[in-house]
Amino acid sequence: MASNSSMSLQIEDSKNTGGVKARRVVAYIVLVAISILCLFWFYVLFINSTRSHAELTSGFQALPNFKNFKFVTQFFTNFKNLMAGTLPIWNGLLNSIIVAGSCALLSTYFSTMTAYAIHAYDFKLKKAIFTFILMVMMIPTQVTALGFINLITDMKLDNTFIPLIVPAIAAPATFFYMKQYMESTLPLAIIEAARIDGSGEFRTFNTIVLPMMKPAIAVQAIFTFVQNWNNYFTPALVLKKDKLQTLPILIARLRSADWLKFDMGQVYVMIAFSIFPVIIVYLCLSKFIVSGVALGSVKG
Amino acid sequence: MSKAKKGKVVSYNKWGYIFLIPFIVVYVTFQLVPLFNTIYWSFFEYYRDGMTQIGPNVVGLSNYIQLFTSTDPNVPTIFDYTWNTLIMWIMGFVPQIVVSLLLGSWFSDNRLRLKCQAFFKTVIYLPNLIMASAMAMLFFTLFSEGGPINSMLMQLGILDEPFKFLYNTLSVRTIVAFMNFLMWFGNTTILLMAGMMGIDASLFEAAEVDGATPTQVFWRITLPLLRPILIYVMITSLIGGLQMFDVPQILTNGTGEPARTSMTLIMFLNKHLFSKNYGLGGALSVILFIITGILSMIVYKFSNNND
Repeated sequence: MASNSSMSLQIEDSKNTGGVKARRVVAYIVLVAISILCLFWFYVLFINSTRSHAELTSGFQALPNFKNFKFVTQFFTNFKNLMAGTLPIWNGLLNSIIVAGSCALLSTYFSTMTAYAIHAYDFKLKKAIFTFILMVMMIPTQVTALGFINLITDMKLDNTFIPLIVPAIAAPATFFYMKQYMESTLPLAIIEAARIDGSGEFRTFNTIVLPMMKPAIAVQAIFTFVQNWNNYFTPALVLKKDKLQTLPILIARLRSADWLKFDMGQVYVMIAFSIFPVIIVYLCLSKFIVSGVALGSVKG
Repeated sequence: MSKAKKGKVVSYNKWGYIFLIPFIVVYVTFQLVPLFNTIYWSFFEYYRDGMTQIGPNVVGLSNYIQLFTSTDPNVPTIFDYTWNTLIMWIMGFVPQIVVSLLLGSWFSDNRLRLKCQAFFKTVIYLPNLIMASAMAMLFFTLFSEGGPINSMLMQLGILDEPFKFLYNTLSVRTIVAFMNFLMWFGNTTILLMAGMMGIDASLFEAAEVDGATPTQVFWRITLPLLRPILIYVMITSLIGGLQMFDVPQILTNGTGEPARTSMTLIMFLNKHLFSKNYGLGGALSVILFIITGILSMIVYKFSNNND
């Protein structure tokens, strides 16, 4: 606020300065309040995951136990207890990474390919297929779940990751984002030039188009990963075997277990275990993600 | 020469179809075939009653009729589940749109020149990425009888004894709505902000020259010009709201307690999917499909008009 340019601007509209200042103060107060509202729950989660069951049942305390770094050791004690328990959390973590990672890879690669087909070529059914994909974009997967379960039972694919991973190839929303991005960044002249140089169509796609789409692919890969990392509905219907379950299913199992018998410290650590990795990754990539959301909305 | 050129173009354009093969094959296999299969079973009576398998018998529309009517007033119908879903959506959506409009207009206001915008945007978007089921589990533990919220309220002297948040219709619905608000308002803010930044700046300058107050500018310029994107946000949020599942499912352990007043449509569907009641599950899916289909058409119309 002390910078020269803003000073001169403030003097210019001195009539409104008081109003702007007051509004700025209100804006900061509301923003800080809302930020606290967002972060409060994660703070409580953090505090509670560093407490023992006995401490937790005796009431809430706002600060961690700093004495002798008790909060650090207790966190690891809770974690060790959780690992010794019945929930296969490492398996769950690994399964979640495999499913979400494969979905992100397949979804971005094939959505780019689909977008490229519509963007770069002229064929009879182009408009019809494009309209079709836009129309089905909003149809939720839940409404076809019954038929989906029948299908994968018939194909003997229940209790495998295939029904969770392969459908990611057909992702209308990701396709739409890629199509929008291509329209602004991929001139057809480049493809034409590649053709003149003798590059095959498939090779052109892999070696020229994909690298040019990198920013869009990165944004969509993150979103697809997070979406599948968090997905509970379909995996819960498909994965019944203990060893194959993903983290959200383990959370649901924790909820339906007789949780009064549970060590509450462990429960909080388990929740923290599935929340904090995402928070850390998000904080590293946040600038990228937030601008990615705005980018996708330009079309609206 | 032109003929030769045309032949060349056609030979390239067959690649359009080739590149579409993976999408079409996967979409038809994992979405369209299941959709028709779902519609097919919705006309059958096919479920397990204890140890006996009933059906499959063709029963026409009786599954649909059964969803809409109830002989026992204590057994909820599809109307009750729709109401539960809608009320929890509205309770979350109204504050969401108000807060998002407010924050969006502040972030995009050049005269306010807010600092730390990147920080605030990062914080408000954060809850959107958190696993909904883990978040619901967290709120379940926080609001349970011996949980920190009750403990805090008692320490502050607001409550004398723990309040059973999870056994009261209003408080369960409020918690679910609040979580939906928390998870989605950041996303909505960013969408609306992008829309506001797209408004021609000269309009604001002209209004300022004419002496309009910030409130007037908001109601007379920003809001009317934002109408298309607002409608888009509302309908996509409604479609998302109809799919509400993870949060109430984990929070109430799938029971929709108390007395199924927080059971959403998808939770009800999930019950039928787990008990393998093909007929009723199918009929419910078809109804949901029709509703979302109509809503999607509206979105599609709107985004096409915007071009």
